[in-house]
Amino acid sequence: MNIPTDLKYTKSHEWARLEADGTVSIGITDHAQELLGDLVFVELPEIGRELAAGQEAAVVESVKAAADVYAPLAGSVVDGNSALTDAPEMVNQDAYAAWLFRMRPAAASDLDVLLDAAAYQEIVAAA
Amino acid sequence: MVDFGGWEMPLHYGSQIEEHHAVRRDAGMFDVSHMCAVDVRGSDARDFLRRLLANNVDRLQMPGKALYSTMLNDAGGVIDDLIVYCLDDCNFRVVVNAATAAADLLWMAARLSEWELAATITARREGKDALAMIAVQGPHARGRVWQALPEYRAACEALKPFFAAVVGEYLIASTGYTGEDGYEITLPAAHAEGLWRALAEAGVRPCGLGARDTLRLEAGMNLYGQDMDATISPLDAGLAWTIDLRSPRDFVGKAALLARPQQHQFLGLLLIDRGVLRAHQSVHTAHGDGETTSGTFSPTLQRAIALARLPLATTLGEVVQVAVRDKLLAARVVKPCFVRNGSSLV
Repeated sequence: MNIPTDLKYTKSHEWARLEADGTVSIGITDHAQELLGDLVFVELPEIGRELAAGQEAAVVESVKAAADVYAPLAGSVVDGNSALTDAPEMVNQDAYAAWLFRMRPAAASDLDVLLDAAAYQEIVAAA
Repeated sequence: MVDFGGWEMPLHYGSQIEEHHAVRRDAGMFDVSHMCAVDVRGSDARDFLRRLLANNVDRLQMPGKALYSTMLNDAGGVIDDLIVYCLDDCNFRVVVNAATAAADLLWMAARLSEWELAATITARREGKDALAMIAVQGPHARGRVWQALPEYRAACEALKPFFAAVVGEYLIASTGYTGEDGYEITLPAAHAEGLWRALAEAGVRPCGLGARDTLRLEAGMNLYGQDMDATISPLDAGLAWTIDLRSPRDFVGKAALLARPQQHQFLGLLLIDRGVLRAHQSVHTAHGDGETTSGTFSPTLQRAIALARLPLATTLGEVVQVAVRDKLLAARVVKPCFVRNGSSLV
């Protein structure tokens, strides 16, 4: 199971990475992409949208199913990875390189309450 | 792995999309042993099926010929869809869906005794007579089957579509659920693993239920329980071509169908906007609302497609709106057969 230790995670299978400019990149985990199978469509949030922690932010769809992607923390959307619109399979190829959107967190400390790799690993193992 | 009508079955063996492409471009195989083969035998077997099925078994005038049909209830709803093979005049093989098999068998047995006909109904599911079924589909399917079963080549080489050859305990039929050429092979359950391995060695790719669904949807073929069920008239599910209302023959559901003509058109949708269509999304047209009954992303067309029940006045080429989550997406109405023999028809 590929769960990088330098990222933060949620129970709903998002990963979050603090970037040098203070924004947070968000994607879905390798486990999530494996469960969904081949992705064929990604719907990204509008830039500027304000999101609460746990709010639906994006949608990823595979041939099998649609899944919501939730904001791991509160903040505003500053960027969407538009490359995924034409190539959603990039999420299957490398889930941790294929970020979906970036947020400017309302409070950077909100990142600390997310799961670390070990805690996320336990959740995946228990599922 | 998922539960499918009580059978534990794989959604895919790795990548659903690659399995889909393997069938369109080369050859793939499906373990469809969950489908239930039912033998109907006896001097009244033909009479029984003539009254039981909405399509006319009298179209089967030579051994080996196959026919797609629905089996209706008295209200004209679809109990199941099936393929019936004529093996000889007193010997028919009916292949029904897994989830409906138990109810089908009860229904068939009840009609048989009600009509007091001389026939036996035997499900070939258990014990030493149990049958398995492997579907091998794709432009190279036939050649790969001949490679794996060289001793059967002569019997099945010249089979035209919708015919079957019986060779010993094997029934090799040129039928399928993908819109591609190929065979469906029914064989003793004990032989299934060996054939599967031989086909894999011949280069046939194992495919799961996921690819089976995207392939049948591209081919515009209905899925029982999704595109039609016991509450839906076959006339509203695009199955009018399988209903024989012309011959004087009576069959279960005929009176109900005559009393309630077609209410909906059953057509295809090709999504113009980006997104994925799914079952049970509402469709807004200039003539009223309809509903998708199946939807997916088509790996061949690289676009979302759906089958939909639409108002009768709907015409091909029309642009309609499909409610996908909080948005209305534009889709074009097309014939429900999207892909055939590897090529787009839309």
